[in-house]
Amino acid sequence: MSGTAHAGTTGIEWRLAAPLGFTYLAFFAAPLLILLVMSFSVDDNLGGFSTASWTKFWGDPFYRGVVWDTLRLGLLAVAVTTLFAYPIALVFVASGPRLQRLLLFIILLPLLTSVVIRTFAWIVILSREGVLNQALLALGLASAPLNLLQTELGLVIALTQIEMPLMLLPLITVMGQIDPSLSDASRALGSSRWRTFRKVILPLSLPGWIAGATLVFASATTAFISQTVIGGARLVYLPTLIWQQAMVVYNWPFAAVASVTLLVAVLAGVTAFATLGRFARTA
Amino acid sequence: MQSSTPQPAPASQPLTLDAVSHSYGDAVAVDQVTLEVRAGELVALLGPSGCGKSTLLRIVAGFINQTSGRVIIGDRVVDPLPPNRREVGIVFQNYALFPHMTVADNIAYGLEARGASKATCRERVKEMLATVRMEGFGDRKPRQLSGGQQQRVALARALAVRPRILLLDEPFAALDKNLRLDMQIEIKRLQRQFGLTAIMVTHDQDEAMSIADRIAVMSRGKIEQLGSPVAIYDEPETLFVNDFIGSSNRFAGSVETAEGDGYGVRLAGGTLWQVPSRKRFATGEPVLVTIRPEQLTLSPQPMPGTMPVRLKLSLPIGGELIHDVETSAGEAFKVAAPRRPGAPLDLTTTLHCGLAAHARPVLFPRPAA
Repeated sequence: MSGTAHAGTTGIEWRLAAPLGFTYLAFFAAPLLILLVMSFSVDDNLGGFSTASWTKFWGDPFYRGVVWDTLRLGLLAVAVTTLFAYPIALVFVASGPRLQRLLLFIILLPLLTSVVIRTFAWIVILSREGVLNQALLALGLASAPLNLLQTELGLVIALTQIEMPLMLLPLITVMGQIDPSLSDASRALGSSRWRTFRKVILPLSLPGWIAGATLVFASATTAFISQTVIGGARLVYLPTLIWQQAMVVYNWPFAAVASVTLLVAVLAGVTAFATLGRFARTA
Repeated sequence: MQSSTPQPAPASQPLTLDAVSHSYGDAVAVDQVTLEVRAGELVALLGPSGCGKSTLLRIVAGFINQTSGRVIIGDRVVDPLPPNRREVGIVFQNYALFPHMTVADNIAYGLEARGASKATCRERVKEMLATVRMEGFGDRKPRQLSGGQQQRVALARALAVRPRILLLDEPFAALDKNLRLDMQIEIKRLQRQFGLTAIMVTHDQDEAMSIADRIAVMSRGKIEQLGSPVAIYDEPETLFVNDFIGSSNRFAGSVETAEGDGYGVRLAGGTLWQVPSRKRFATGEPVLVTIRPEQLTLSPQPMPGTMPVRLKLSLPIGGELIHDVETSAGEAFKVAAPRRPGAPLDLTTTLHCGLAAHARPVLFPRPAA
C-alpha cells in the first residue's frame, strides 16, 4: 500500500521539481558548458579548437601565482575566522537567552550592510591616515603608519569581518545542539576545560565548522569587490583577472580558462574541507 | 557467572553538607541543608521538581558554587575545587555518553584525563565492561546501544576512575518500566560491591524506596524528613511527606481523650478512633488523621470504630483492588485490599469501614482552613 502511494507521489514530485530543474539547466548548466567550450576556442565567437589559452595560462608563472594567491587568501580567511569564531561561539552557547539575542544581532550586523559600503568603511579604517594607524601611532605601538591597504594582511582583516557571519552562524547552530551535560560529564571525569574543549566540544562541532569553512572559503576566494577595492591594482586574484581579461582585454577564451580554473579551485577547496571533516570524525 | 570482582574501593568516604544554601538571584533553591551521608551509604534526595534536589547534586559535583555553606568529602572541604578535581562520579539522567567515541573510549576517558597509561586503560576498560556485564560491546558507539546498555556504560565510565562519591541524577527516568527494576538491582549491586557512598536524585518514590538506605524528602529547598524508607512511609513527620509518599486518606477530627501514648480522636462523622502518637496534643484540639488505603478494611457488619460507607467504584491495580468509597457526609476516600477470587463487592449495600489490625494512622495538627 505504501509502495503504490510512493509510486504515485514520485511522478508529482518530478513535475514539482521540473520548473527549477529546467531553470538550472538553461541558466546554469548550459552557460557552464559554453564557458568550457569557450576556453578551448580560438576567438570569442566559439570558433575553432585550440588549447592555446590553457597552455598560456598554466605556462606563465604569473598566472599560476594568481591561482595560488587566491587559494591562499581563502585558506587565510578560513583560518582567521575560525580563530575568532570559536571563542565567540563558546560565549554565545554559554550565554542566557537575552544576551544570545544581542550577540546574534551583532553577528548578523555585517550582513545588514552592503558589501560595497563595508569595504569602503575598511578603507577608512585601514588607510595611512585611517583610524587604525592613528590609534597605533597614538598608543606608540608603531613609529610610522603601517601600509595596510593593498596588502594581503589588510585584505584578510577586512574579509574576516565581512565573512564572519558565514562561519559563526553554522558553528553556533551546531554547538547549541551539543548536550551541555557532555561538558559536565567530561569535567566530572577529571578533564580540564581545555581538554573538554579539545576532546568533546571540538569534534562534535566539526559539522558546523565544515559548513562555515566551506562558505567562507568559497566566499573569500570569489570576493571580487573586496579584492579589487582593498587589494587595488597591486594584488591580483582570479576574479579580478577574469574581469580584466573579459572586460578590458576582451580575451574571452583566456577569461574562460581563468573562470574554469577558479571554479575547479573553489570546488577542490570545498571538497577538501568535507573530506577533512569525514576523516576527523572517523579518526 | 564468572565476573572478575574488582578490589573494594579505597575506603569509602562520608559526605557532609554543612548548612548549604543556594540562591538564583532572589529565588532560594537550596535553603540551609545539612546532611550527613555515611561511608558506603546510598541516600536518595526525593522531592517534586523545583525542590532543590538537582541544585544540591550540582553543588556536590562542583558545577555550581553554593551561596553559603560547606561541602565536605571525607575530611576535606571541597568547595574551592573545580569539578575535575573533586573525584566525584556522576551518572546523568540522559547518560551523557560521548556520541563520537566508542564504548571503550568513553570508559577510558576519565582514566586518560588522569594520565593513566594505554595498557592500564585497556585493562581497566575490560574489567569495567565485565563488571557491568557488557563484555564484547567495547567497539560499539553509544547510539548502537539500548537505554539499559547505555546506562551500564555510563555507570562503568563513572566507576572506572574509582570516585570517592557516586552521584546519580534521575538514573531510571529514561528507562522502560520493565527495565527499571533490573537497573535498580544492578546499581544497588555495584554500589555495594564498590562500597560507594552515593547520592541519588529522584522524583520517583518507588525508586527511592527500593534502593536507598535512607531517603531525604525535600520541599522548597529544605529537607522535610530524613530517614529509612520504612520510617518515611510509616511515620511521616510532616503533612507534605505524608502526601508526597504513597497515597493516604485524610480525616478531620478532634482530640477527645488522651491516654498514655495515644489519643482518642472523634472523626467529623462521629466515629471514635484510637490513634497512637508520640506528639503532644491538647484535648479538644482539631487534628487530621491520615491513614494509608491498605490499612483500612471494609466489612458488611458494623463494629466498634467503623463508619458506614457506600462503595462507588473498584479498580483492580496489580495484585490489589482499590475501592473508592464515600461516607454519608460525602467524604470520599480509598481503601485497598488484596484481590481474592470470588464475587465482587456489592455496589448497592452499605459497608462499614474501619482500621485494619496493624494500622498505623498518623496524627497531625489540623491547619486552620
